[in-house]
Amino acid sequence: MSETDLSVPFRRRAGSALGDKHLQEALTIATTKFIGLRRDAFDEFPEGERLRDLAREIKEATLQHLHRYVEQLIDSVERLGGHVHYATTPEEARRVVLDIAARTGARMAVKSKSMASEEIHLNEALEAAGVIPIETDLGEYIIQLAHERPSHIIAPAIHKTKGQVADLFAKELKRQVAADPEELTRIARVELRQKFLEADLGITGANFAVADTGTVVLVTNEGNGRMVTSLPRVHVAVMGVEKVVPSMTDLMVFLQILAKSATGQKLSVYTTLVRGPRRPGELEGPDEFHLVLLDNGRIRQIAGPLREALYCLRCGACLNVCPVYRQIGGHAYGYTYPGPIGILLTAMLEGPGSVKDLAHASSLCGACADACPVRIDIPKMLVELRREIHEARIAPWTERLAYGLMEKVLASPSLYRWSKPLARLLQRPFARDGRIRSVPLAFTEWTRTRDLPALAPQTFHEQWPTLK
Amino acid sequence: MNAPVRAALMVTCLGDMFFPEVGVSVTRLLRRLGVTVDFPQGQTCCGQPLFNSGYHAGATRVAARTVEVFRDAEHVVVPSGSCAYMVRHEYPALLRDTPARAEAERLAGRTYELSQFLVRVLGKTRFKASVSGRVTYHDSCHLLRGLHESEAPRILLKNLEGAELVELPGGDECCGFGGSFSVRLPEVSSQILDKKIRNIEATGAACVVACDSGCLMQMGGGLGRRRSKVRPLHLAELLAGDER
Repeated sequence: MSETDLSVPFRRRAGSALGDKHLQEALTIATTKFIGLRRDAFDEFPEGERLRDLAREIKEATLQHLHRYVEQLIDSVERLGGHVHYATTPEEARRVVLDIAARTGARMAVKSKSMASEEIHLNEALEAAGVIPIETDLGEYIIQLAHERPSHIIAPAIHKTKGQVADLFAKELKRQVAADPEELTRIARVELRQKFLEADLGITGANFAVADTGTVVLVTNEGNGRMVTSLPRVHVAVMGVEKVVPSMTDLMVFLQILAKSATGQKLSVYTTLVRGPRRPGELEGPDEFHLVLLDNGRIRQIAGPLREALYCLRCGACLNVCPVYRQIGGHAYGYTYPGPIGILLTAMLEGPGSVKDLAHASSLCGACADACPVRIDIPKMLVELRREIHEARIAPWTERLAYGLMEKVLASPSLYRWSKPLARLLQRPFARDGRIRSVPLAFTEWTRTRDLPALAPQTFHEQWPTLK
Repeated sequence: MNAPVRAALMVTCLGDMFFPEVGVSVTRLLRRLGVTVDFPQGQTCCGQPLFNSGYHAGATRVAARTVEVFRDAEHVVVPSGSCAYMVRHEYPALLRDTPARAEAERLAGRTYELSQFLVRVLGKTRFKASVSGRVTYHDSCHLLRGLHESEAPRILLKNLEGAELVELPGGDECCGFGGSFSVRLPEVSSQILDKKIRNIEATGAACVVACDSGCLMQMGGGLGRRRSKVRPLHLAELLAGDER
């Protein structure tokens, strides 16, 4: 599996993405389409704004008493004959799944799309244990063939053009195909059909789990979620512990805004509700059902500065509208969760030190907070992360010196006044006709593509007396 | 206008140092409307560059000073959406645990971005354009999504005598400035700007208008480098013709 090389600085990773023509083409097409579809969906849905507020309130209230809802969920699932496992770390979560696989003699696992399973690097662990993981979501199937990682929360292969997918199929499946999405889908469907029947283990994520009924909810578009949860002997769902919702009534609120935010659909094509293993008399469903609740730094953040990030529904809307994500795609970020919410989740899962550069990968334009179905104030938390990073003194000393100087100047009107003649003197070699086309130090790169305005011959402060 | 209105101009650091003509236009415009304009001398910058980069202790010091400088102002007018947003929304939070808290909240309630002050406080919507022809408008992020203001500038632009407003495709998308963002990730910032400029040029407008010197610095810097015919213009400069 090709990983993003984190030893390459973020700015260079981003730079490579900017120069990747295929990536640029794919990103522009897909994000523009998503933005339009989302806008139309909410335009046609006047109660959407109220439901977004309501959804946010439900998330907030649920987190207030998360332990209680988690206990209720565990009771409900167990009453249905299922098993619940609580994993504090990714290692524990992998261990739980591998133990189930070993005990049931599983040789092959079919998977429906799950970011939680990406988060714990489950596929590599399964392979190492001799269990073949097969991704069955089309996008995930594509990137599994390409030995890559998802670059978007809901559209894992968003970085690939259809031409690239056709080339990939030709190489990996040894057949010539046209760059036609329908044809490509048909091929994948034929390849996957047999796997569904062969697999012993079905592994899914979960969009929600309902505490009082024990229902695990999967929102998909391809129907693969149904196959994965009904054909294999054993079903394992891996879910971030914060995704529990109190009741079916609450669930309905989220279902009304999730697909609209993600893909602009009123509802996704399939909403699969799973309640435990197959019961006597039922025709389909697994013999065993396991729910793995993953903490991995989440519980700690209930009382932490990133608390609001726990509201996230994983719809991907903030990625689609983010001017940075739209230019660099998901892989450049370097972690499981890309985009604006991904920076927060990375800080949550890996610690704030891991995002010392990523925390600045935002112009703070606020488009993410605007698009978020539960109105997570992402820019505010990015600034908060920047504060933590500054206070941990991990920023370069040159930067800290520059900002220290800035503070001194801005906090003192006389220093501020005297800095201007000094700046005028310093800019003299570079300024021409009120413009600076090239300048050393921090602004060198700025002026590679843009002119900087020169300090005015007379500042407003200096002009004011003549304006009276 | 009955009782004379008094307003203090917060010219902003970029406005003071790089675009003084914006402050001059605001002063002329407001005076023509009968507003008495003050310019408190102790002002420097709202502290947003420090705040956005996480230097909150410094930002708090600058904010406390700014609150003091504008203590006596009846209204504060800021020709910049992001600085107005900083004062209105971040100051009360930054100064929450300081003696300046009450004063910060009072300042937040009296501070207006220019277009909002003209339309929502003064009720003035009809102006003569200082340039003729087509103009297009870029929604600055903090004005649009921070102060939730997309109407006031458009009311002013649509009523302009002598100029025609054409909507900018993707006008609500960031220009790629973002303060320190444009310095830290210059390549990403530039590529976001490329797209913005392509959209601007496609409108066929003679100038692109914005209510924020940061965006104008970014868009103007890119247009200038390309030797584009499109002129970046602050709303104040466009309105500084005669009131109708």
